Amino acid sequence: MKSAVLLFPGSNRDRDMIKALEHISGNPVATVWHTETTLPEADLYVLPGGFSYGDYLRSGAIAARSPIMGALKSAAAQGKHVLGVCNGFQMLTEAGLLPGALMRNASLHFVCKNVELQTTSTNSPFTQNMASGAVWQCPVAHHDGNYFADSETLNRLEGEGCVAFRYANGTNPNGSINDIAGITSENGRILGMMPHPENLIEDLHGGLEGRALFESVMQTLDAA
Amino acid sequence: MLNNTVEITPELLDAHGLKPEEYQRILELIGRTPTFTELGIFSAMWNEHCSYKSSKKWLRTLPTKGPRVIQGPGENAGVVDIDDGQAVVFKMESHNHPSYIEPYQGAATGVGGILRDVFTMGARPVAAMNALRFGEPEHQRTRHLVSGVVSGVGGYGNSFGVPTVGGEVEFHKSYNGNCLVNAFAAGLADADKIFLSEAKGVGLPVVYLGAKTGRDGVGGATMASAEFDETIEEKRPTVQVGDPFTEKCLMEACLELMKTGAVIAIQDMGAAGLTCSAVEMGAKGNLGIELDLDLVPTREENMSAYEMMLSESQERMLMVLEPSKEEEAAKIFTKWGLDFAICGKTTDTLRFIIKHHGEVVADLPIKELGDEAPEYDRPWVQWPEPEVSPASDFAAPNDYAATLLQLLGGANGSSRRWVYEQYDTLIQGNSAATPGGDAGVIRVEGTNKGLAFSVDVNPRYCYANPYEGGKQAVAETYRNLCAVGALPLAVTDNLNFGNPEKPEIMGQFVGCLKGIGEACEALETPIVSGNVSLYNETFGEGILPTPAIGAVGLLKDVTQRVGIAFTAADETIILLGGHGTHLGQSQYASEVLGNEAGAPPPVNLDKEKRIGTFVREAISKGRLTSVHDLSSGGLAVALAEMTLPKGMGASINALPEENQHAVLFGEDQGRYLVTVKPTDLAAFVEDAIDLGIQVDELGQTGGSDLTFAGIATISVSQLKSAHEGWFPTFMAGTC
Repeated sequence: MKSAVLLFPGSNRDRDMIKALEHISGNPVATVWHTETTLPEADLYVLPGGFSYGDYLRSGAIAARSPIMGALKSAAAQGKHVLGVCNGFQMLTEAGLLPGALMRNASLHFVCKNVELQTTSTNSPFTQNMASGAVWQCPVAHHDGNYFADSETLNRLEGEGCVAFRYANGTNPNGSINDIAGITSENGRILGMMPHPENLIEDLHGGLEGRALFESVMQTLDAA
Repeated sequence: MLNNTVEITPELLDAHGLKPEEYQRILELIGRTPTFTELGIFSAMWNEHCSYKSSKKWLRTLPTKGPRVIQGPGENAGVVDIDDGQAVVFKMESHNHPSYIEPYQGAATGVGGILRDVFTMGARPVAAMNALRFGEPEHQRTRHLVSGVVSGVGGYGNSFGVPTVGGEVEFHKSYNGNCLVNAFAAGLADADKIFLSEAKGVGLPVVYLGAKTGRDGVGGATMASAEFDETIEEKRPTVQVGDPFTEKCLMEACLELMKTGAVIAIQDMGAAGLTCSAVEMGAKGNLGIELDLDLVPTREENMSAYEMMLSESQERMLMVLEPSKEEEAAKIFTKWGLDFAICGKTTDTLRFIIKHHGEVVADLPIKELGDEAPEYDRPWVQWPEPEVSPASDFAAPNDYAATLLQLLGGANGSSRRWVYEQYDTLIQGNSAATPGGDAGVIRVEGTNKGLAFSVDVNPRYCYANPYEGGKQAVAETYRNLCAVGALPLAVTDNLNFGNPEKPEIMGQFVGCLKGIGEACEALETPIVSGNVSLYNETFGEGILPTPAIGAVGLLKDVTQRVGIAFTAADETIILLGGHGTHLGQSQYASEVLGNEAGAPPPVNLDKEKRIGTFVREAISKGRLTSVHDLSSGGLAVALAEMTLPKGMGASINALPEENQHAVLFGEDQGRYLVTVKPTDLAAFVEDAIDLGIQVDELGQTGGSDLTFAGIATISVSQLKSAHEGWFPTFMAGTC
């Protein structure tokens, strides 16, 4: 699997993501600066976590309008795989690549802790190798993770199996609707999620469950 | 001849925090009346915050050298060798006054300032901690301050992208009018690639980089060097506003630029902004500096030279650049969207010359600005050593279970989860131990080594006996590091005290420093950086002396650390260092009995070192499954804390009957609780006895209760709800 991580000023989990991708895929990871207008050839494009542009205006809003996003939208339209984690998820919704919005946490506080995640759909390349319905511990670290969408969109997401992950057992840390923690596009090739699988890939992290997600998409892409 | 357009009156001097005799010294030094801008420069350089004029004499007595020390005090941060050509760069600094006036921005810029100190040295920040002290929970301002300070610390650190791995939060009425916000940061660098502030070479460009200069924070350092009174609300404009996004870009730009070899000298603009950074670079390098303020990027119109020289706008950096690399540097600055300007040059005149609108507005001898700053040998009184009160002087509780719940669930004993869940503790993917244990631990990126961090002080101890309290602060951090298996390397100190012009406050300072110095010497943890914050007083009432110590330790193998949690049943629980006897200044005495009289527990540094080394070695041999040092609340609280993380209970056999309340709640120093694997028990006990370390087998892990035979049985879930409940309830405003 060849992957490329898009970098924005203020991205700060880019290094975590690059490390995780390199660690799991064994391949070097390309990086793309936000002012570029073309993407390098890759199987997976990743929008990392952080506070792009300080999250001023709205989280992910300015990044969603930066030069590189045109190229990302074209790539997505051509069926490329895109992963957005945390601030990356916020960018995906701001860019219109995924529906809905991520509002300020209901507590109004930044929250960093382990939550329980349930893998609710294994329809996508990102989740196809994960155990359906399994509950696993995963860290979150965000201020704006309170997912919201109108009821029509929600019905569609739920109906089409686009809700990839849900906060389980009362651990919803941000008030997101239907306990949604991550969603995919209709074709399953774009995944946006608030939790941080990249911080859950080795013993030091207290768990390896995040690997399953990367390994799953890697298997799809390597088989392609 | 410079024109002096503003008449220098006693009122003006007073507003600048300059004493009449200090002004006389200025007149003698420059042989004429200073201009308004020059007066501002002097006040910035000579205030307590920048000049350390009351503390210097005593700071010199501290041990600052050691085989691992690469850079001691005097630079932006201390640098310590961690083997393999790597170094840890760290410092702690206060932002007390600004945080009381405007808690969010005060705390945020405190974090920003300390991060900047670290990356200015060429190190990428990898860990942060903070030590916060607030007034009593019932005080009307406390909740507002806690809420603002915690959001501010998180708001800055989270966005910047550094994990917060530890810290402390305490409440005491002495901070009602003056909270403490002490921020610690540590970074990693190659030991041979440390950047310093000393300018080298004549005629080289002085480059301004980062955020634009505004009027925020003008006079901030002077404000920080004064006491508070009812005019406090008027001081809000002296607090700076933080922008973590710019700081993150500034760090990336600086680290990128440093790799190119373009940076000759670098100094961040902290307290007293442009003035302090430029003077420091020049004076250290025996060079003059000439600045043209018309070239400095500003965000407000019509700023005067005075305002520009004293602005404390954040996220700014000054550097001397290699001229041949100017273009390369410009490219990097542009990439990161940062304002920059060549705004001056180094000279061989040893003068600090400021031009504005084509006129020279300041022309001062650069070395004397720093070197000739007043230094005071303030009168001080020796604190009377309080008598040690025997345990029998303190009433025993009727209900031990209720007392334990009270301590574990009180303002100072309860879980800080509400606080640390607002900090990103995991970013960078190297966090091995996050807040809630004895010390935070991170892995050194790309290696198997670990770095451990702890910050601690017991201000009640320091107030009762400054010397013992100073020793204890160092010993406690030493113990915290040993408890995770780390070799303590060095410390940074953040010395928060009241008004040094009062001999009794100066006495506290002198006493604490003596204790700190002795402990650092004995435990071989030199002081490599630090900060002094004086005048922490409101309406003439000083805070408890609070010399916070931030300590850094090294683990050769990060996978060999242990935590405080009981993890398996049927393991033997052992107390190292003897049973408790001392209740003076304990949490039990203070919070249950309302008694803050008498002597704190004495610290035996030899014992600390012996037991600490023993614990570390046992951890590295893999014999221990959990370790927790005994501190506030003594044995009972420590045991309870060990049951909580995994809900694993323990049965404690009959304890000594005499003064049982001291056995359970005494805070005698130099003690640890450990659990030992059954197979290693005999060897462990034998080794301890060989070393003359007292070993008491207390009982076994297991079950879902914490049972003290014949005294009390409490379910772990009850302990947990008491421990977790206080903070959220308090912040919700319902207690």
